[in-house]
Amino acid sequence: MNEDGKSVGIVETQYFVFAHPPDELILESGKKIGPVTLAYETYGKLNAQKSNAILICHALSGDAHAAGFHQGEQKPGWWDDMIGPGKAFDTDKYFVICSNVLGGCKGSTGPSSINPKTGRHYGLDFPAITIGDMVNAQRYLVDYLGINCLLSVAGGSMGGMQVLEWLVSYPDRIRSAIPIATAIRHSPQQIAFNEVGRQAIMSDPDWKGGYYYGGPLPAKGLALARMIGHITYMSDISMEKKFSRRIKNGDSKDDTKFEVEEYLHYRGNSFVKRFDANSYLYITRAMDYFDAARGKFLWDVFKKNINVKVLVIAFKSDWLYPAYQSKEIVKACKIAGLDATYCEIDSTYGHDAFLLETEEQTHLIKHFLEKVKKGETTDEYEI
Amino acid sequence: MNTKYNSIRLDYRIILDLIPEGSSVLDLGCGTGELLYLLIKEKKVKGQGIEIDEKAIYMCVEKGLSVLHWDLDSGLSEYKDKSFDYVILNQTIQELKKPEIVLKESLRVGRKAIVSFPNFACYQARFQIFFKGRTPVTPSLPYRWYDTPNLHFLSISDFIEYCRERDIEIEKALFIGKSKRVILFPNLLSQVGIFIIRNRDKS
Repeated sequence: MNEDGKSVGIVETQYFVFAHPPDELILESGKKIGPVTLAYETYGKLNAQKSNAILICHALSGDAHAAGFHQGEQKPGWWDDMIGPGKAFDTDKYFVICSNVLGGCKGSTGPSSINPKTGRHYGLDFPAITIGDMVNAQRYLVDYLGINCLLSVAGGSMGGMQVLEWLVSYPDRIRSAIPIATAIRHSPQQIAFNEVGRQAIMSDPDWKGGYYYGGPLPAKGLALARMIGHITYMSDISMEKKFSRRIKNGDSKDDTKFEVEEYLHYRGNSFVKRFDANSYLYITRAMDYFDAARGKFLWDVFKKNINVKVLVIAFKSDWLYPAYQSKEIVKACKIAGLDATYCEIDSTYGHDAFLLETEEQTHLIKHFLEKVKKGETTDEYEI
Repeated sequence: MNTKYNSIRLDYRIILDLIPEGSSVLDLGCGTGELLYLLIKEKKVKGQGIEIDEKAIYMCVEKGLSVLHWDLDSGLSEYKDKSFDYVILNQTIQELKKPEIVLKESLRVGRKAIVSFPNFACYQARFQIFFKGRTPVTPSLPYRWYDTPNLHFLSISDFIEYCRERDIEIEKALFIGKSKRVILFPNLLSQVGIFIIRNRDKS
């Protein structure tokens, strides 16, 4: 995958269990949940001062496996191009943490987990969770790892929402924030696409009101939701480049299909194997309800005198999270007097760019982190 | 003063001398960030840059600068009044679509503004227009008509007149010739003018 072939190597997911009853995790809704498990991975070494830790936040369908390889697997973690020795998040310098979100289905507690009270899968008994709850759970993990202040918190899309939540709720626990291809709050267009995805799942007869565990999965609905998602992650140009109007021949002449159709079917079907439909419902809801500014202006909710450096990145062809949404974040930083850097990368990949435009992002993030680490500009730069 | 400091561009050196240590600076159209970097290194300023060119942004970030990829013509409206001690428009206004709005805004968000621009009325330009009938190409206006980023052509006298009309105080004006400062007949002899301006206190 990556150009220099450097990797963090074989990694293993770890599990942090907390909020044991009666000290359950109190959610934003007021409901309680516990015990809570967070699946997480770490790469690199935490230094003696515990000052080199970076938290990576994943997007809707991501997980804790951000870099390296699981034993016996060929496919690296979802942001392997960005995390590793000499990469943007340089594991020779930094201690990188990534955890699966609360409500997820890749090892962290979510609707597909067993409810200790009933001994059965939570299903729709799982309480509604928010981006704030996800971040609060991450904070417990950071505490557990003994880290008082993160050097940075970074992520794209829903990961970027978590970054904004850290910036608003726990600015004293972070030295910098890197929100990528994200928004302070979802626009009606973004909510609309999520709702179509949710309706696709819930109208699958196998969904059975959310209590499908043990029986057939609502595979058709979830695959359809994912297909819609994938359309929104690409751009007109990237689809033209990737598929054009090329035809894939089936078994008979009547069975010809466009490559783009094949691709969407493949993506949809492979998603069903790795993702829980109820998690999709809960997490997309959390994204839609998220509002970093709590109905006000973002600069109004920034705490006073916060000293966090911010790097905002957007992509030109991203129409799902358009650059104007990133600019709203930058505007708030300008008004609040936060030290901010913003770049709109000229990419044709659409929203997927945050996973694919490695070179430009690496350049920006690497130097930005260097500045944050030193607390100032580059020491010697020959003009 | 170290050797690096001496080898830098004359306009940079002049601006470096104009800005007091520890000031807060907004550099509009900061390009690849050389001046802002020097200001931070030599004058310990708190600096923010704004630049429209993506490649230039990468070079700024490489230098550890805080820079926004932004179109100046879309305004500086987010910044509160007097957010910065100095707003710098170094070789920027002649390339803007709406220089007047950006100048006004600069004087609002900065206590003072430092404006530098190529002088269209320097003798070389006059000579080329008058005797050759050609659009001037000079050291400070090095482009030809078809590849120039400059949208506006102004002279030292034009700018002084502009400030007078709008009751903008010129606190200091410095002029640069081919390779050194110009004292006499700046509108004729200087390639570049550098002005410190501010809004007159309304009292």
